Amino acid sequence: MIDWSGYLDLILQGALVTIKLTLMGSVLALIMAFLAGLGRLSRFFAVRALATAYIEFFRGTSIFVQLFWAYFVLPMLGFELTPLQAGVLALGLNVGAYAAEVVRGAVQSIGKEQYEACTALNLGRWQGMRHVILPQAFLVMLPTFGNNAIELLKATSVVSLISLADLTFQAQVVRAQTGNTLVPFAAILIIYFVLAMLISWGTRSLERRLSRGLDGVRV
Amino acid sequence: MEWDWAFVREIMPTLLEGVKITILATILGSALAAALGLAIALLRRSENRIVSRTVGFLAEFIRGTPLLVQLYFIFYVLPDFGLLLPPLTAGVIGLGLHYGTYAAEVYRAGIDNVPRGQWEAAKACNLNARQTWMHVILPQAIPPMIPALANYFIAMFKETPLLSAITVLELMNQAKSVANTYYRYVEPMTLVGVFFLIISLFSVVLLRWLERRYGKVER
Repeated sequence: MIDWSGYLDLILQGALVTIKLTLMGSVLALIMAFLAGLGRLSRFFAVRALATAYIEFFRGTSIFVQLFWAYFVLPMLGFELTPLQAGVLALGLNVGAYAAEVVRGAVQSIGKEQYEACTALNLGRWQGMRHVILPQAFLVMLPTFGNNAIELLKATSVVSLISLADLTFQAQVVRAQTGNTLVPFAAILIIYFVLAMLISWGTRSLERRLSRGLDGVRV
Repeated sequence: MEWDWAFVREIMPTLLEGVKITILATILGSALAAALGLAIALLRRSENRIVSRTVGFLAEFIRGTPLLVQLYFIFYVLPDFGLLLPPLTAGVIGLGLHYGTYAAEVYRAGIDNVPRGQWEAAKACNLNARQTWMHVILPQAIPPMIPALANYFIAMFKETPLLSAITVLELMNQAKSVANTYYRYVEPMTLVGVFFLIISLFSVVLLRWLERRYGKVER
């Protein structure tokens, strides 16, 4: 009979790393999403081209390849990254590229009359964006952002392959030490699922809170 | 670190071996996902609540957990229950199962989009359930789904590098073994990235064409 208490500790440590990665990756992804998503709608060709290149590049090459590139190739070019930094960088930039298209779509889905109202109120481009367009567009983005965050959570499992001690990595350790395969893998599958449920519950309640007082504004 | 074209030429045949397996896994995985997705979508519509709820929960669970862990589960846990699968088979089953749950959502939306009148007309023509599905509902529901399905299959293609974690000798694994043999990461990793980027850019064109060809519903 195996004493699981010590291994439980290991798995929980892994869960902490996974949560940390998901949070840090999501923050980077959110920043990149707004930069690139709004960049694609810019007046300046150079900004549009840069944003499009970023989005197509990171959506086109697999997250896995990007992670390995960040971890193995960048050091050879002179940028030494810890596994955690490489993980956050690859996850954030990859999911950010997907989320940028969400930002663009949401901003474009806001009706023309809203822009005209901004002009009528003599708001500058940035003021109109900040106070009128984005608050409405953000609500449209939220559900898809939730899905993107779940994709990011799932993608964090890949960092175990660059020796970062996340849930998947710790499950492999437990498997190697106990020889039992079912318990560790079933346990982390359940933990991942619970985390995914938490994210979707979180975005749903955020959506409810933010849409309060907006009834009748959105058609 | 210098880019070495001679080295690129030397490793190209090995990488192309990997490309073959990558493409094979994608095609088999897509076929399995398309079939499984339909089965899941139909079972979720079952009138037996126990069947529809169970299948629904399982699909949700598979979608909420990482593909990598599922691959480990299939490859390491199932042998304990007497089911020893070769790596590629395990990989294809993993890909097909994971993306089957995504495909199921596409099928569900497509089937829901068939107007009620079609069901009533089938009933009026005295068609039985099988005939209704085969001759009336599916022929109308499937074409509009094709672009969305293709989108997921492209996403699946980008996840095939995960199969390297269960020792399938696909592109990523070949690149890693080459890199480890010569201790040169720049060329193999970059070539893998370039390969994925090229296929992705092509698939964007293919997707646009599919959207034009099948996206619009003619009624």
